[in-house]
Amino acid sequence: MAQLVAVLATTHHPFYYRTSQLPPEEAPPFAAEWVSKVETYRETLTRARPDVLVMVGSDHFHQLWLDNMPQFLVGNAPVYDGNWENEVREFGMPKLLLKGHPELSSYMLREGIDRGFDLAFSNELRIDHSVTCPIFTVRPDADLPIVPIYTNIFAPPLPRPERFVQLGQTIREIIDAWPSHLRVAVIGTGHLSLELGGPRQFGPTGPDPEFDAQAVDWIARGDIDGVLKNVTLDSLHAPGNATHGFMDFMLMMGVAGYHAADHVDSLSLFHTMEAYFTWYPNPHLIDGLGDGLGDGLDLGARA
Amino acid sequence: MSKYLLDKFLFTVDRDHALTERYREDPAELVAWWEAEMANRVLNCIAAEDSTWLSFTDAERAALVAHDHVALFEMGAHPFLTLTLWIAMFERDFDEPLGMQLDYARQLAHVTQPYPDITT
Repeated sequence: MAQLVAVLATTHHPFYYRTSQLPPEEAPPFAAEWVSKVETYRETLTRARPDVLVMVGSDHFHQLWLDNMPQFLVGNAPVYDGNWENEVREFGMPKLLLKGHPELSSYMLREGIDRGFDLAFSNELRIDHSVTCPIFTVRPDADLPIVPIYTNIFAPPLPRPERFVQLGQTIREIIDAWPSHLRVAVIGTGHLSLELGGPRQFGPTGPDPEFDAQAVDWIARGDIDGVLKNVTLDSLHAPGNATHGFMDFMLMMGVAGYHAADHVDSLSLFHTMEAYFTWYPNPHLIDGLGDGLGDGLDLGARA
Repeated sequence: MSKYLLDKFLFTVDRDHALTERYREDPAELVAWWEAEMANRVLNCIAAEDSTWLSFTDAERAALVAHDHVALFEMGAHPFLTLTLWIAMFERDFDEPLGMQLDYARQLAHVTQPYPDITT
């Protein structure tokens, strides 16, 4: 069977790429700390030595549109172009090219449908920054094949939070059952509190730091029951009008299961809080972890 | 109310550089052209398959022509689409980083929760 070596859940901040490319004299004051935290986070993936990446994100009205809107969609293509003209224009992100993994895509679709998720699919998908941001942060060589999975956190009516958790649990079951010798990592991106196009946008912090602190605590502790008890489609309006992206974090909690994260980090920026989580579901597959000795990597607050 | 059509306008104009510039420079011309030629186009289909029933209300058309992002917000246009297009059109007019975005937010400062429903 395939080996699930790492689960990463992270915010996707489209300005990271451009910020990280600036010479020090032009960089904003928070850039050095941000880059340092991302480099540490990158190592949590590198050390897991994955062969293929399942990548969960949400199309921002790029390819998926209101005349034909899927709730959950799996990319099934041999190649994915990445990033769109308005992302180049607005964020300074380059276009890029990623290999696909049609065998795992096909398996994900067949098994997902048979396990209760009527997944849509795409045979020609240009992925957007919800998937490319973590490539830039944790796999900048862009050298691994991917299976993109898109969720609708954007165009209501949306699936409920419970459904995101269930899909994450199902993705985990499918990977664990995949007859392959490959090492799989799942990387999903979402948001904590966020406002876009409303009166609270682009403030000195995220629109709801209290929600952000609570959210980080839920994720870090793997508190699936706690988050499900407190988060509804209606409740997510209050922290900011784009906070439904938090449901992608809930999906990733479903993938990780009822476990505390092995790496937890966050950074409060203008406009939003960045947050980075990694779980190692099978620690014996990670060099230096299975023997309990560690290898010097800062694993953050293991709650 | 045709939130869907407002969103379709914002979506199609944002992704086409030439349309974005036309909308910035001459909104009345662009909105009239778009409603006549594009409003009923089923995306990815030829003109022979055009829809037959889509049009703006007078208030929607006026808000688009006036570049009135506050009115669009109040009508339930998707705020991400509006913001993205406004950044493309107007960020260049501000000297300070995020100056446009902060001015945009200030113009919405009177808005209280719950925000207008954006469901289409």
